[in-house]
Amino acid sequence: MLIYLMMDIDGENMDRRPSRTTNFPEVTIDFRADLPASKSPFPFSLVRIKRFEGPVHRLIACLRLQLKMDGEELTEQETALYDRQIRVWGVDAQRRLSKSHILVSGMKGSVVEFCKNIVLAGIGSLTLTDNRMVTEEALLSNFLIPPDENMYSGRSLAELCCDSLKNFNPMVHVSVEKGDLLSFDEDFYDKFDAVVVSCCSFTAKRTINEKCRRRPKRIAFYTVDCRDACGEIFVDLQKYNYMQKKLDDTIECQLQYPSFEEAVAAPWTSLPKKVTKLYYAMRVIEGFEESEGRNSGEVSISDLPCVLKMRNELCKKQSLNESHIPDSLLERLLLAGTSEHPPVCAIIGGILGQEAIKAISGKGDPLKNFFFFDAEDGKGIIEDINSSH
Amino acid sequence: MASEQQAQAIKNAKVLMVGAGGIGCELLKTLALSGFQDIHIIDMDTIEVSNLNRQFLFRQSHVGQSKAKVAREAVLGFRPHINIAASHANVKDPEFNVEFFKQFNVVLNGLDNLDARRYVNRLSLAAEVPLVESGTTGFLGQVTVHVKSKTECYECQTKPNPKTYPVCTITSTPSKFVHCIVWAKDLLFAKLFGDKNLENDLYVHSNDTSSSSENAEDVFERREGEDPEKYGRRIYDHVFGHNIEAALAMEETWKNRNRPKPIYSRDVLPDKLVQQNENLDKNFTVDNPLSVSAMTSLGLRNPQDVWSLVENTRILLESLKLFLRKREKEIGSLVFEKDDQLAVEFVTAAANIRAASFGISMHSLFEAKGISGNIVHAVATTNAIIAGLIVIEATKILQNDVKNCRVTYCLEHPSKKMLLMPVEPFEPNKSCFVCSEAPLSLEVNTYHTTLRNFVEKIVKAKLGMNLPLIMLGSSLLYEVGDGLEEDTVANYEANLEKVLAELPSPVVSGTKLTIEDFQQELSCDISIKHREEFDEEKEPDGMLLSGWTKSSTSVVSQSVPLEREDNEHVQWSNQ
Repeated sequence: MLIYLMMDIDGENMDRRPSRTTNFPEVTIDFRADLPASKSPFPFSLVRIKRFEGPVHRLIACLRLQLKMDGEELTEQETALYDRQIRVWGVDAQRRLSKSHILVSGMKGSVVEFCKNIVLAGIGSLTLTDNRMVTEEALLSNFLIPPDENMYSGRSLAELCCDSLKNFNPMVHVSVEKGDLLSFDEDFYDKFDAVVVSCCSFTAKRTINEKCRRRPKRIAFYTVDCRDACGEIFVDLQKYNYMQKKLDDTIECQLQYPSFEEAVAAPWTSLPKKVTKLYYAMRVIEGFEESEGRNSGEVSISDLPCVLKMRNELCKKQSLNESHIPDSLLERLLLAGTSEHPPVCAIIGGILGQEAIKAISGKGDPLKNFFFFDAEDGKGIIEDINSSH
Repeated sequence: MASEQQAQAIKNAKVLMVGAGGIGCELLKTLALSGFQDIHIIDMDTIEVSNLNRQFLFRQSHVGQSKAKVAREAVLGFRPHINIAASHANVKDPEFNVEFFKQFNVVLNGLDNLDARRYVNRLSLAAEVPLVESGTTGFLGQVTVHVKSKTECYECQTKPNPKTYPVCTITSTPSKFVHCIVWAKDLLFAKLFGDKNLENDLYVHSNDTSSSSENAEDVFERREGEDPEKYGRRIYDHVFGHNIEAALAMEETWKNRNRPKPIYSRDVLPDKLVQQNENLDKNFTVDNPLSVSAMTSLGLRNPQDVWSLVENTRILLESLKLFLRKREKEIGSLVFEKDDQLAVEFVTAAANIRAASFGISMHSLFEAKGISGNIVHAVATTNAIIAGLIVIEATKILQNDVKNCRVTYCLEHPSKKMLLMPVEPFEPNKSCFVCSEAPLSLEVNTYHTTLRNFVEKIVKAKLGMNLPLIMLGSSLLYEVGDGLEEDTVANYEANLEKVLAELPSPVVSGTKLTIEDFQQELSCDISIKHREEFDEEKEPDGMLLSGWTKSSTSVVSQSVPLEREDNEHVQWSNQ
C-alpha cells in the first residue's frame, strides 16, 4: 500500500511520490524529527495530520501503515526503491540494513564513496564526523561538495557532505557529530553497528578500535586509507558468526578477528611468505608518521631518506629482507602525500561498502582482515594478518 | 599522484560513454573527478524508481526524465567547467556512425544488452577506437579491454544465448517454476490478452486430441454478455482441469515423471468471488491503468508473501475480471510488461496454480516478477568498483600503454586471495567473423527454411546485423534501408516468403552468401550446407551456424564462475 506524502523532515520539504498504486486520496502529514536516530530507524516520532480529504477508514489505514514502518515489514515504497538489491541479498538483509546505524570519520575520497554506497543501500542512519574546513584538495576528489566558495566557506567537511548525502536517499537519516573523534566517550559508540575511521593516526585507529571492542554489543570496526593508487582496508568484526552457503548447504561459521593493534603486532617473520608488499609499506609509513607526530598522509618525497632508514630498521628488527618493501613503492606512496586517486577511492569505497553490508546483514562471507588494492598491478587482495600464524 | 604525462593524457582525451545507468552514473562521476574534461554520453533510457537505489545521480523528482541529460546536469554540479555532451538517443541511431566514433580516443561501455554491445563493438572496430567493455550482476562484474588487432574483440568468444526452453516442456511437462512462468506469460496471458493473430501453442500441444481445435477456440473467447467471473472460471477449469486430465491420458508421458493433478475452481473456491470481496472496490479511484491491482482489491499487501492456492485462484479470477472491466480496450493488443502490476499478478497466480498442479513449489509475486520480467540483480557497490576499474584501463589506453591493460573480474568469493582478479587480455580470435572477418557455415534445410526465417534467426539474431544486405555472387536477394525503389521492396518482400532453394538465385548446398551491414562496416561470408533433419529440442531454430570456435586462450575466463549455467535468467547487465 502506498501513499503520497508531503513530508516535512528536519525542515526540508521532500516529495515522495510513489511510482505505482496510489490508492489513497492526497494526505498531507507532518512528521516531527524529535527522536534521536539511535532509537528509531525512522527519524520521526510525532505524526500530525495537516490536511486530509477522504473517508475516515482510509485515514486509519494510513496511520497503521506508519506503525508498520517502525516494525518488521518493509513498506511498499522501500520494496519498490530497493527492488534490484533485495533480489541480491533478500528482504531480511534489507530489513536489518534499514535498522542499522553507522559512524564514519574522515570525509575523504574513499569514505565519501563508502557513504554514498551505504546511504543508497538504505541503512537506518549515518553519522559523520570531520571538523576540517574545505580545502582545494578536498574538492578534487569529493563529489559531494559544490565548488562554490559561497556555499562551503565556514562549514566543516562533515556538514557539507551531510547536506548532499541526505538527498541521495530520503529514507536514511544523515547527521553530523561535532568534536574530536578521540574525545568521544566509550558509550557514544553504543549507538552504532559499524564504525569506519580514515585519515587518522595509528594511535587514533588503535584507541577507537579498543573502545569499540570494550562495548557489550559487537560493533564492526573498519579503517580505510588510500595513498597514491593504493588502498588498504582493515576489518575487525571481533567474534563473528555467519551462515556460509556451500552448494545447497548452509553451514554456520565463526570467525575470530584480532584488533588492529593485535594484527599489526604480528611478527613479520610469522606472516605467510606472499603477503603483499603493500602491507609492509603501509606499516612503515604509518610508523614514520607516528614517530614524527604527523597527521595521516602528511608526508612528501623529501621524507624518503628518513622513511628508508625506518624501513631498514624495521626490517632488521623483524628479520625481513628489505626487498619485501622496495624503495620504489615507498617513493610512490610518499609522492602522493594526501592527494587521492578517484578510481581507487571508488574501488576501495565499493569493497568497504560491500563488507559493511555483509557484516550488518549477516549475509555473505566477510573478508578477514585486510584488503589491498594497487592500480599498478590491478589486484584486489585479501590478507589474513594475525599473530597466530 | 597521477604523473604529469598521465594528467595530460586525461585532460586531452575525448571520451564516448555509452550508457548512463548503474555503471554509467558511477563512471561519469569517477571520470569527472579523475580530470577528464570532454565526455559524450549516450543513453536512450529514462529514469525509473527502481534505478534510484544505485544510480546516485538521479532523484525521485527525476523519474521519467532522460538518464543521459540528468546525469550530465548532476556531474556539472560538482565539476561545472568540464564539457559533457548528453544524447538521449539509441546508440544504434544512424547519427552515431563510424565517422562519429572516430572523433573519440576511447569508448567506454556501461550497457545492459547484448545487441547494443555488439553494435558498439563493431563501430569501435570500424573506427579503430579502443573499447573498454563492462558488466555487472549482483556482486559479480568484469571489465574487458578491446583494441583492434591487439586484443580480442567483444565478439571473439561466443556469448551464451538467452535460455530458451523446449516447447513441450512448457506446454506439457514443466519441472521448474520458470517453466510455469513461461507458460503463464507467453501462452496463457498472450492468448487471453495479446494479439489473437499470433501463433500460440497453448492448445495445440496441451489440448491434444481430447477436444477439437474449434472447440478449444471457443474456450478462450468470452461469450456474449458472459459474467466475467464465470468466464474466468471456465478458462481456469479448462487450462488447470480439463487440459491436465487430457494430458494424463497420455500414459507414455508420465512413465518417468510425477503425474500432475487437475485443479478445478469449484474445489478450490466453492463460493463466488464477490462474497469475499464485498468491501469497497479500491481500484475505483485509480486512473492510471498500470496501477489497477487485484492484490489491492483483495487486500493482499506484501509482494514477498507466497500465496496459498486459494489466494492464487482469487488473484487469477480477480485480475482477469479487472482486465475485462478496467482495461477492456487494451485486450487483444497487450504485451506482458514487468511494470504492469495487473499483468504480473495474473502471471504470478497462473504460474503458481500450474506449479501446484505439477508439484512444483509456488513463489511470491516479487520472485515471479523477477523471473517473468528478466530483472537483473544489481547493487551500487559493484557498479562503483567496476567504474573505477574502467577508468584505470581507459587511462592506460590513453597513455598508449595497451600492453599493461588488463581484463579484471570482480568476484564474490576470493580466488587465490583475490576479490579483484586481473588477467592479460586475450589475443584476437582468428576465426571471429567480426574482427577477423572469418567465414561462417550454416547447416539448413534449404527446401523448408524461408528467407524470412534465415534473416530473423541468423542474420539479425545471431549476426546482429541491423541493416543487412544479402548477396549471392552479384545478385541481391535482400536488403534493408532507406531510399529503395518500391518495386525492389516488393521484390524483397516476396523473396522473404520463399524457401532458400526457390529464390531467384537458388540458395542450395555449396552456395556462398555474402551478408553486409554498411552501418557497421561489417561483411561476412556464409557457406550453406543442406541438411534434412534437425532436433527440435537441441536445434529449435532448425539451423546450425558454425565457424567461430572458442579461442584456446579463454581457459582462465571459463574458470571464473561468472556465467552460471544453472541460473537461466542471469545475463550481463548494468540495469
